[in-house]
Amino acid sequence: MIVILDYGMGNPSSILNMLRKAGGDAVVTADLDTIKSATAIIMPGVGAFDNGMTRLRDLCLIPILTQKIVKENTPFMGICLGMQLLFERSDEGELLGLGWLAGEVKRFDFSTLEDKRGLKVPHMGWNIVNPVECDTLYLGLEQEARFYFVHSYYVNCRDPQDVFATTIYGHEFTCSVRKRNIWGAQFHPEKSHRFGLQFFRNFLKEVDSASN
Amino acid sequence: MLRTRVIPSLLLRNGGLVKGQQFKNHKYVGDPINAVKIFNEKEVDELIFLDISATTNKREPNFELIADIASEAFMPLGYGGGISKVEHIEKLFNLGLEKVIINSAAFYDPKLVSEASQVAGSQSIVVSMDIKKTLLGRYEVMVENGTKRTKLNPLDYAQKMQELGAGELIVCAIDREGTAKGYDLTLMESIANSVDIPVVAIGGAGKLQDLADVVNQTHVSAVAAGNLFVFHGKHKAVLITYPEYSELEQLFNKG
Repeated sequence: MIVILDYGMGNPSSILNMLRKAGGDAVVTADLDTIKSATAIIMPGVGAFDNGMTRLRDLCLIPILTQKIVKENTPFMGICLGMQLLFERSDEGELLGLGWLAGEVKRFDFSTLEDKRGLKVPHMGWNIVNPVECDTLYLGLEQEARFYFVHSYYVNCRDPQDVFATTIYGHEFTCSVRKRNIWGAQFHPEKSHRFGLQFFRNFLKEVDSASN
Repeated sequence: MLRTRVIPSLLLRNGGLVKGQQFKNHKYVGDPINAVKIFNEKEVDELIFLDISATTNKREPNFELIADIASEAFMPLGYGGGISKVEHIEKLFNLGLEKVIINSAAFYDPKLVSEASQVAGSQSIVVSMDIKKTLLGRYEVMVENGTKRTKLNPLDYAQKMQELGAGELIVCAIDREGTAKGYDLTLMESIANSVDIPVVAIGGAGKLQDLADVVNQTHVSAVAAGNLFVFHGKHKAVLITYPEYSELEQLFNKG
């Protein structure tokens, strides 16, 4: 069973809705035994970086997540803050992140731009996602596929190999990452109509092929 | 590029969808769940539901109805009406909403805005401000569905809400609402220029060109409309419509 991590950050029910629409199913939980036997794990996340890390720690989730995702290579998807937490640190907080991906989380800063009025922070709305290579999660999506974003911080990968897709807002930034079994998306596929639906269908396919 | 968002804003009263004019004369236009399903197919940018009977009747949000709406919504969803406590906000996010919209409570209890943004992150906390022109021609913030004056200037109020942690402002020109006379461009531009957070303009859209005008001539980040997406023709038949993505792109690029 796919587990959508219920750690008090964000909108697990929206993800479950879209996953079901895509033909899959999942259980929303933070129960350690259920996570232990998960076929895939989705980590949502809306909110502040330190809050997220604190909740993961308080619920004793970090050791089991590390075991499943880093050691056992269970398919994993981090969405929004759920992707940012995979990095080493963030401008938003004091606490260290999970550090499974090399790099840090930066705040959008347009203060040095002459005309910044069109560039509000947060970056909120629909934007074009440009996959670096057209495979796996972005299969079947047309060029100019758009997804819904709402965030003030973005990830900066130290290893360019981890960059899976980029978007332009003021400048180009990484909006999706991939490292082996670990995927991340800054945007919200669960709220991105048919584009998000296709994204989740692709993720389900990946999960299927990983468990066979 | 981030295209300016176009957001249908739907009014709820006692569980049904209604539409009115200048915050009055509301008439029943249909079932909210059905509307969500249609807006899914039309791939709307976002959807807003405002329950105008909640605050007036001093009751909590109708969580059951909101849960039903949220389970059908595959687009970002915002809800406002009757929110007065942080617990309401937490509950709404658990139901699958992206944004909660605070109006009167932001005026009466400003710390709700800061507490809410600490719990949920500013990006999810939207303050909706209803503005009316006074007899002297000055703009003033109104609360309780436009029935109570606050004597506050919209620019000061907008900046205060940003400082408190609001991540977005919905600015409604009451005098334009439901009139199809176009947005109040002066009001929208002055507020958009006085804050760093996104501003959503609402009130007065009667045709697509009205959207284009406020987008191309001001710095708002999004436009919302009710009647335009719900009524059709001069007899105001109820028909849910929404422009094609390419149509909006073209409208907004004319500059």
